[in-house]
Amino acid sequence: MKPSILEINLIGLSSLVRKEVKRIYRIWVQTIVPPAITMTLYFVIFGSLIGSRIGLVEGYPYMTFIAPGLIMMSIITNSFGNVVASFFSGKLQRHLEELLVSPMSSLAILFGFVTGGVIRGLSVAALVTVVATFFTELTVVHPGITILVVLLTSISFSLAGLINAVFAKNFDDISIIPTFILTPLTYLGGVFFSIDMLSESWQLIARFNPMFYMVNAFRYGMLGVSDIDIKHGLAVIILFTVFLFSIAYYLLKTGKGIRE
Amino acid sequence: MKALSLSQLSKTYAGNVHAVKSISLDVSEGDFFALLGPNGAGKTTIIGIITSLVNKTSGTVKVFGYDLGREVERVKSCIGVVPQEINLNGFEKSKDILINQAGYYGVRRKEAIYRADKYLELLQLQDKKNQISRSLSGGMKRRLMIARALMHEPRLLILDEPTAGVDIEIRRSMWEFLEQINKEGRTIILTTHYLEEAESLCRNIAIIDDGNIIENDSMENVVKQLQREVFVITFSAPVSNLQPFEGMPFLKRNEIEVEIEMPSLSNLNKLIAFFDDQQIQVTSMRPKRNRLEELFVKLLDRKHE
Repeated sequence: MKPSILEINLIGLSSLVRKEVKRIYRIWVQTIVPPAITMTLYFVIFGSLIGSRIGLVEGYPYMTFIAPGLIMMSIITNSFGNVVASFFSGKLQRHLEELLVSPMSSLAILFGFVTGGVIRGLSVAALVTVVATFFTELTVVHPGITILVVLLTSISFSLAGLINAVFAKNFDDISIIPTFILTPLTYLGGVFFSIDMLSESWQLIARFNPMFYMVNAFRYGMLGVSDIDIKHGLAVIILFTVFLFSIAYYLLKTGKGIRE
Repeated sequence: MKALSLSQLSKTYAGNVHAVKSISLDVSEGDFFALLGPNGAGKTTIIGIITSLVNKTSGTVKVFGYDLGREVERVKSCIGVVPQEINLNGFEKSKDILINQAGYYGVRRKEAIYRADKYLELLQLQDKKNQISRSLSGGMKRRLMIARALMHEPRLLILDEPTAGVDIEIRRSMWEFLEQINKEGRTIILTTHYLEEAESLCRNIAIIDDGNIIENDSMENVVKQLQREVFVITFSAPVSNLQPFEGMPFLKRNEIEVEIEMPSLSNLNKLIAFFDDQQIQVTSMRPKRNRLEELFVKLLDRKHE
């Protein structure tokens, strides 16, 4: 009996997710371990060595203050990195055609790659959280908001990774965005400081950075403190996610950069 | 029923490159059909359009009655494609590649595992099932791609130069396999630039050149056009005053080389004996053009007349 379109998409989606997850854990030395080591160094250097001289920030020890930002940073870079690498490698080796010739919808393909990105982002985040507990005491004041922000952020940056991969023509193209855009925006997104520490002009610039809202919303979820109004922050994150989703879906649906 | 129906199909790439020029073509269900043409003729673009990897500029594509423009999922479900270039995930195991591919077509995992074993066995890859694809030889990769294309048991199998770079033994075994699945009722479209391959396997043929179909007929009728062949003969020393062979004159190319046009099925032993009788030593004898070239020249000459 022929499968229905819905069955094709559901079974196809689960196959794609299974493949992505297998890939993440097959190369765990590349995908899971390095971010955990990097974050451990951040905790040691910024939190323990330098942080002990800074004192309290918004009522919390500096180590506790930066922990949510570092977790969020690992979610952002790993969700993005997973999708951009997986999708671009599919384009380069042309095995992305396996999906493109199949009857799976563009939406199912998009969900498959994004789910892979979210799973890697959350896996690394879980490991970084465990690492963080060795250095500081973590709390979750608003669990609902924490989960929502984690999910939306990892979805957003998985979508951003896919958009980058669609346009990328070589390996330089997939390293330019993380190096010149993602990393600076993450560092300037309030991971290591409160916006109050910045001059007025920098405060204004920071408000145009979506990562600033993600880091602060997540910090609000965990510590209950934030530089922004949480409703405003969530609205920005949701709008950002919808915006990236629309672009990624449009690209896959029309085949820009992947079909001739 | 038509397995494939193309109507006024065109593709123009950026830079106003017309790869396919308003072609129309029908392939009947159960046929073993050859799409033949030189490199750059437009074969792969046509396959790309049918499999939706290439967006058409105009025209319609129907597969088993489903319109590609309106029922793309149905069309894709009917087609299995073996591309010209190796496009396997080099780091995935052979069996996983097959199981995943089946999943993308809605085949449940249990059934996908069963089919993967079946096609790995049929294509003699069972002992390679746990090897990553990059460790396979070129011929094995080709066979794995055929297995992958069959995982959802498509009604139409499209093979884009499946035997390119494959040694003779593997090529023969692939031909046998393809003949077998065609006998079981599956429609097959094969693109190739080996006339011999098309001749051995296919019942009908379309010849494409520069984006146009210049011939679309049964294989039998097309091959009939190849009634004569030109041979180039090289001697060990210069030869003068060479008499015609069975009334067929020799055309001198240089001091030690001549050409002769003969019926395709001529007995070449007679020609060798003819030279032996005159104590002329032949160092080589070769067809001037391969048969496909010959066919193209004839068809293009006819087109330009």
